Amino acid sequence: MLAVESLRVTFRRDRAPPVEVLRGVSLTLERGATLGIVGESGSGKSVLALSVIGLLPRNARAEGRVLLDGTDLLTLSERGMRDVRGRRIGMIFQEPMTALNPAMRVGVQIAEGLRVRRGLSRGNARTEALRLLDRVQIPQAGRRIDSYPHEMSGGERQRVGIAIALALEPDLLIADEPTTALDVTVQAGILDILGDLVADLGLSLILISHDLGVIARLADRTLVMHRGAEIEQDATERVLRRPGHDYTRTLIDAMPRRARATLEAGRA
Amino acid sequence: MPDLLAVRNLSRHFTAGGHTIRALDDVSLTLAPGRILGVVGESGSGKSTLARIVMALDRPTHGEVAIAGRNLFALSLRDLRKARRGFQMVFQDPYGSLDPRQRVGRIVAEPLHLLPDAPRGSERRDLIREALRDVGLSPDDIDRYPHQFSGGQRQRIAIARAILTRPRLLVADEATSALDLTVQKKILELILKLRDDHGIAVLFITHDIGVVDEICDEVAVMQDGRLVETGPVRQVLDAPATAYTKRLIAAEPTLAVIGRGARQPASPDAPPHDPPHTVRP
Repeated sequence: MLAVESLRVTFRRDRAPPVEVLRGVSLTLERGATLGIVGESGSGKSVLALSVIGLLPRNARAEGRVLLDGTDLLTLSERGMRDVRGRRIGMIFQEPMTALNPAMRVGVQIAEGLRVRRGLSRGNARTEALRLLDRVQIPQAGRRIDSYPHEMSGGERQRVGIAIALALEPDLLIADEPTTALDVTVQAGILDILGDLVADLGLSLILISHDLGVIARLADRTLVMHRGAEIEQDATERVLRRPGHDYTRTLIDAMPRRARATLEAGRA
Repeated sequence: MPDLLAVRNLSRHFTAGGHTIRALDDVSLTLAPGRILGVVGESGSGKSTLARIVMALDRPTHGEVAIAGRNLFALSLRDLRKARRGFQMVFQDPYGSLDPRQRVGRIVAEPLHLLPDAPRGSERRDLIREALRDVGLSPDDIDRYPHQFSGGQRQRIAIARAILTRPRLLVADEATSALDLTVQKKILELILKLRDDHGIAVLFITHDIGVVDEICDEVAVMQDGRLVETGPVRQVLDAPATAYTKRLIAAEPTLAVIGRGARQPASPDAPPHDPPHTVRP
């Protein structure tokens, strides 16, 4: 469904030579599958996500191909890309407040896309927004639909962020560090919701995280990135249990020993 | 050994819109010299409020904080200022806590401004260079600016500043939470080394149980401003006594592969196959 081929991204800079932040990365993602992308700051994992949804900054230049069902997204106009964003690819960000309008009730924000892009009536859009809030397990959705973002907890706001990403029925979700700002107990709930969406709706998911624990929980396959380059890419279990590269081993060793112990226990 | 830090019946209440919020509610704990006490809890648990009050950056509604037997909130401003050399803090954000316009030497020397008898001239410079060496930086970094350093190195600069006056207590508030895990590991090793070399006691505030297990001797679990459980790390983590601690432990990220990746062949020699359907537990 998604194939990224030899993607290179270069940033132009003022009074400095351009810097290459993605150095030829390739990946494929099947329908209904989850790909985890793990790397530290500066690995290029977020730039990879922005390339796929066409939200690179203006000083960036992308080469290679980003094929979504055969269409190269890098060749699309901004208008063409706008049709892809939301309808084909939904995006979930680390800090849901950046994606939410603080002055709008959450129900209205979810309904906005439904009315403008799917042409639903006001009433139908509200009904659909309510269904989406239920889908992401907002308790008492009928009451919370009229809440403002600041009246919700961080976990609830991220659920609303997921509901907005789902509103236009995309078949690919990209979640960039979706739980990094959240408490661990809240994180577990969000990851479960993402897992359920993949299982129930057959969505494909790209899950980006610096945390191998988050990746291990959901990803079928894992791509390890470092300084803009692919280190390795394979079934998550193989990558974790039999890392094929020293850098992957370094990442695993940096996990607290309690987390590493679960890898050992799983092997036994 | 007598306690270095004793927190007794500490409460901090805030009033907002007619409601009283108990950010801290009757918390008592102690920390001996050279020990590392982890304070673990989720956002809103009161752990950062506790850190701020222990640092005398905020005053409690009730209760007291004694460092080396002296109640901080009974000290005159002048005595509190002198006492501050004995306890220092490291914050979460190594970007926000360093002034970008100041050179490293000036940043690290900041705690000296409070001291009437602070060393000057070459003696002062030597002290700063030694602190930089202690945290694994180069003494020559003294004339560089924060932006010339990575996130982990900036946190080392913040730690150098904190240990400059040879404090007996270091309060670290989510000091490694913003760092990459490989960098976090190195900073945790540094904190352990400072404890071992200088006998510094550490109050380590964190949301991360894995980190508590890694470096702490004792742990205090907080929820909604209250202390729900406290004890040696092994005891609390291996046999948690409260439902809340159990819940925190259960939510910890692990490396147990439970995605569909778990069901793919572990051997690269075996042909890959696509499992027909995923049934989630």
